[in-house]
Amino acid sequence: MPIEFILDFERPIVDLHKKILEMRSIASQDGVNLESEILALEKKLNKLKVDIYKNLTRWQRVQVARHPKRPYTLDYVERIATDFIEIHGDRNFRDDPAVVCGFATIDEIKCVIIGQQKGHDATENIKRNFGMMHPEGYRKALRAMKLAEKFNLPVVIFIDTPGAYPGIGAEERGQAEAIARNIREMARLKTPIIITIIGEGASGGALGIGVGDITMMLENAWYSVISPEGCAAILFRDRAFAEQSADALKVGAKDLLELGVIDKILPEPPGGAHSDYESAANIVKEAIIEEMKKLIHIPKDELIRKRIEKYRNMGVYGES
Amino acid sequence: MLWFKKKNRGVSQQTPREVPDGLWIKCDNCGEIIYKKQLDRTFWTCPQCGYHFRVTSDYYIRILLDDGKFEEYDTNLYPKDPLGFKDRKKYKDRLVAARKKTGLSEAVRVGIGEIDGIEVSFAVMDFRFIGGSMGSVVGERVARAIERAIERKIPLVIVSASGGARMQEGILSLMQMAKTSALLAVLDDEKLPYISVLTNPTTAGVMASYASLGDVIIAEPKALLGFAGPRVIQQTIGQELPEGFQSSEFFQEHGFVDAVVPRPELKKTVSMLLRYMYPSDKQT
Repeated sequence: MPIEFILDFERPIVDLHKKILEMRSIASQDGVNLESEILALEKKLNKLKVDIYKNLTRWQRVQVARHPKRPYTLDYVERIATDFIEIHGDRNFRDDPAVVCGFATIDEIKCVIIGQQKGHDATENIKRNFGMMHPEGYRKALRAMKLAEKFNLPVVIFIDTPGAYPGIGAEERGQAEAIARNIREMARLKTPIIITIIGEGASGGALGIGVGDITMMLENAWYSVISPEGCAAILFRDRAFAEQSADALKVGAKDLLELGVIDKILPEPPGGAHSDYESAANIVKEAIIEEMKKLIHIPKDELIRKRIEKYRNMGVYGES
Repeated sequence: MLWFKKKNRGVSQQTPREVPDGLWIKCDNCGEIIYKKQLDRTFWTCPQCGYHFRVTSDYYIRILLDDGKFEEYDTNLYPKDPLGFKDRKKYKDRLVAARKKTGLSEAVRVGIGEIDGIEVSFAVMDFRFIGGSMGSVVGERVARAIERAIERKIPLVIVSASGGARMQEGILSLMQMAKTSALLAVLDDEKLPYISVLTNPTTAGVMASYASLGDVIIAEPKALLGFAGPRVIQQTIGQELPEGFQSSEFFQEHGFVDAVVPRPELKKTVSMLLRYMYPSDKQT
């Protein structure tokens, strides 16, 4: 059995959960009736989860977003879509398994899903490159988007990446160009684009599939111009300042809503998305359906005009 | 000669403006001692090895625009500190220091000029201002430069020099990539030419947005270009990087730069391209 992965602040939750399990086993072994005690503890557990998760710092939320048990794109696809059929390859170089693209049906609405994919274990993580895309991944995603445009299907995007891959091959094949092109083409794609940041949203790697009509974010996800560690290394000259960087950069969902960069925060179940896949998926599903239903009726020209206008107005500066 | 051998002294900030007194300049690359007046004639490239000294936005305005005439716009836009950002220094203090050091209000200057008689919307970045980093003001000025090209139906020329997005403005800096690139989609739909000129260095957020979206992309020789910085790549892969990796020539070889053009030829090349992409019947 793999070693349990527990974040520091989750410890009281895990301990209480263990206690409940112990009481259950005592009750069943010795035939003692502990029902009312167990019920009280379960209530306490729920409250504990809510209380702890309500007050997480930005850096703690970054930890939650990186939790190895956190649901990834395919965990959501499995739960919110039917008839998913994956497509592969950018038709130029190779298939990039760090991003998953395919046709899917969500609540009877046909769409194209694109999402960065991490692995739940070492083998899958190596295959998926920890969700870090290469240029061919961005080009595959663009190919999927162009298909969506051609066949008039909305695009549903899941963002979850520690960054675009910084490697020799990535540079040789034009990582910067691939991301730049995606940003430009997504701005004028003639079909609705609905984005959900489900885990990590690191910089250009996220933005490369992150331009759309509506951007939603799970409450423990993070999205930033640079990872807290990267910022710490450059500006604080020491990676140990990651926590301070997370605060300085304001990487949390609430921050981004205040800055007008995202449109909506999706609450996670108590204890975080990793503690309850079904509830997390339901929350995401309902939100996506709601937004899709609104967007599919807007005339395409108006949709694009509004989309470009939205990004055009981003930024804070003074004018004298 | 051995005693002239290059000593590694880190990044040079040598610019025409910053050497008022010295008559002799040492080449950062080959160590050749060059008479300053000669450098003025060679467009601040080393006559010995061809090394391109880093120059200021003023200098590009002087060598690219007719008579160095530049009608500058949007100088009234100034950076704020939307996050109240502080690392080892306060962002506000960094801004004050950058202004004092450069006499500039931000890392990009935008406006209207002419290149061999063709009116262009022109933007030029200045690396001296917080590493040419792109925050909200850089994004807004570039956005307005693109809109000015669209309104006047004239070509767009951007000279880039940037280390990427400005971390001190957080996610808002990242959004400037989306803002500028979205407007370039409109420019593209209008079929107006955009020439992107890359100078040393152009990396990260700027390279992954407008710098890579020119109809034609020109780079000065041996500029450092790319998405990720060489140190980050080296740390990731844990091995030495190949010689010439991420240079202008490397990106031309891999198909991401159309032409590597020495500085003395820059204006002529841009001008020639504009004549193909912007026929004279469209010119005023």
